[in-house]
Amino acid sequence: MKIYLPRDAAARALDADAIAAAILSEATRRGVAVDLVRNGSRGMVWLEPLAEVVTASGRIAFGPMTLADVPGLFGDLAQHPKALGLTDDLPWMKAQTRLTFARVGVIDPLSLDDYRAHGGLTGLRKAMSMTPAAVVEEVIASGLRGRGGAGFPTGIKWKTVAGAAADRKYIVCNADEGDSGTFADRMLMEGDPFTLIEGMIIAGLAVSATKGFVYLRSEYPDAIEVMTQAVHIARAAGILGPSVLGSGITFDMEIRTGAGAYVCGEETSLLNSLEGKRGVVRAKPPLPALQGFLGKPTVVNNVISLATIPAIFEMGAAFYKGFGLGRSLGTIPLQIAGNVARGGLFECAFGLTLHQIIDDIAGGTATGRPVKAVQVGGPLGAYFPRSKFDLPFGYEEYASADGLIGHAGVVVFDDSVDMLKQARFAMEFCAIESCGKCTPCRIGAVRGAETIDRIARGDVAAIPLLTDLCQTMKAGSLCALGGFTPYPVMSALTHFPDDFAPMREAAE
Amino acid sequence: MPPVPADLASRMTEILADHRGMEGSLLPILHAVQGAWGYVPQEVVPIIALDLNISRAEVHGVISFYHDFREEPAGRHVVKLCRAEACQAMGADRVASHARQALGIDWHETTADGAVTLEPVFCLGLCACAPAAMVDGRVVGRVDEARLDALLATVQA
Ligand SMILES: Cc1cc2nc3c(=O)[nH]c(=O)nc-3n(C[C@H](O)[C@H](O)[C@H](O)COP(=O)(O)O)c2cc1C
Ligand code: FES
Repeated sequence: MKIYLPRDAAARALDADAIAAAILSEATRRGVAVDLVRNGSRGMVWLEPLAEVVTASGRIAFGPMTLADVPGLFGDLAQHPKALGLTDDLPWMKAQTRLTFARVGVIDPLSLDDYRAHGGLTGLRKAMSMTPAAVVEEVIASGLRGRGGAGFPTGIKWKTVAGAAADRKYIVCNADEGDSGTFADRMLMEGDPFTLIEGMIIAGLAVSATKGFVYLRSEYPDAIEVMTQAVHIARAAGILGPSVLGSGITFDMEIRTGAGAYVCGEETSLLNSLEGKRGVVRAKPPLPALQGFLGKPTVVNNVISLATIPAIFEMGAAFYKGFGLGRSLGTIPLQIAGNVARGGLFECAFGLTLHQIIDDIAGGTATGRPVKAVQVGGPLGAYFPRSKFDLPFGYEEYASADGLIGHAGVVVFDDSVDMLKQARFAMEFCAIESCGKCTPCRIGAVRGAETIDRIARGDVAAIPLLTDLCQTMKAGSLCALGGFTPYPVMSALTHFPDDFAPMREAAE
Repeated sequence: MPPVPADLASRMTEILADHRGMEGSLLPILHAVQGAWGYVPQEVVPIIALDLNISRAEVHGVISFYHDFREEPAGRHVVKLCRAEACQAMGADRVASHARQALGIDWHETTADGAVTLEPVFCLGLCACAPAAMVDGRVVGRVDEARLDALLATVQA
């Protein structure tokens, strides 16, 4: 009997380990041989821990599992109270286009055999049959843009690094994933780590880099463990090392742990941190592509950008580019979080509206109260009211609405949220996490929180001050931490003026 | 000031040897130091500085920059509560107030009996099962007041 139960951190946070232990002891008690695979999560976090039993007709899902539900897995499955039917037929699964996450939740994350059986290494083999220049062209043709937030075309970045002459070049994977409401990087690394390794090797051969780093945040111990093991396994199998798959091409990599600084997700701060320095932001230029890690040409890409590369080579740039809208091509793993009935990871073509994402896919709020606001793109992203819910999910579409898609986290709030408090938190967070290098961010954020406190006390004159301060931060900050903190602040003020008003009226 | 760990010199020799030749080894070294003693004893600063051929001020500057590195030992248990937006949307502020009250301490403090240190964290990637917490490195989701009380009972025992 074969049972899948995720080892994903979200499943473990919901007691998956206890369920796993109960499955094994129940099996022993019954004298049944069970092959228990700890897979990644399918992304339906509201159903975690989600067990899947392999049957002749496919994998049947059961969830959310409690200890009391375990014995039933060994009985008549059709009668099980938590039976959900075939996993692949669940509406959440069927409505997706899983390209980057195709294997996540499906395979044993650390089994290379499973990986190969599900198309793993096909993309790398394809890329190895091409010239480095053709590899870069294929990535450009795919339309893939950086999934870390800035949306810079990945292929163009690679072209710059490929064209730079140097004795050493590096591939740095940004796995700092600090944005609230995001967990796609974590799920990918925990559920299909070889895909990231494969993507990094392809990047290495495209730009002639022989060394890669994954800068992984310390808040993700499970991902660190899986990635570290995956690198060892890949090295032992000759996928990493002096001759990748016997090709004579060298590529090896290391997993490095961050140390709890949000700003280290910013690429130049990350590079300083990787070099063993304080994670302060560097002025650009020079671009990391030309002078990055230890001053050498460096590709810095997000986990999802790199993990999408193998799929692009496996299926072809034209196929990938066939999804999406405008200049937002391919698929995007949406992370639906906060106060939602059904939260989790949902990969689909760009273009869905917030109405579709929140009302249809997520089923509204967990509390059952009306949705008041949604923050898209992490702590530097704007808050939107219902009146903006027709906005299609795309880089330019969000920018034109004074927002950003960032790393595609969608955080939902019900009508109990106080938007003045959210605006204050944005400033407070910026003050806590500022690297301190530039004044608009370091001092501006502290002043911002104070100014919002004045508004809360009914000081009307402080509102224009806040607006001016946001202008200064936006225009004068060295990086997007100070530069984008005005997005959540100003969107809260603009779209939810009532939350900034009652005290003011009382004072008048 | 905590007492100097007795095995400081010998363990430091090992840690530095393990990281020799590594590009940008300071953070990995500091993580190893904290892994060994639970904090970064101030006595390691000159040892690391000498080995990496950088100034003590530089080493100290790095230690103080990152939230993770402690200059004092923590309590026997560390409870981290997520304070970020997705968790706020599910009542994290309320749960945090409850925790501070139940423990009688504020953020970054340790209970008088040395049992528990309370720390804020900004996102654990558990935003779809919020509010989230991490107790001695173990992740916990959907932490409402009742679940928090149960967690605190295990670490205060
Ligand atoms: C304050 C701040 C935090 C950031 N955090 C992350 C992060 O956690 N992960 C990430 O991939 N990019 C992050 N970025 C964006 C990176 O600077 C950079 O654009 C990205 O790693 C490039 O990779 P991509 O082109 O594949 O997106 C952050 C930027 C800023 C300003
Ligand atoms: S916001 Fe709390 S876990 Fe992500």
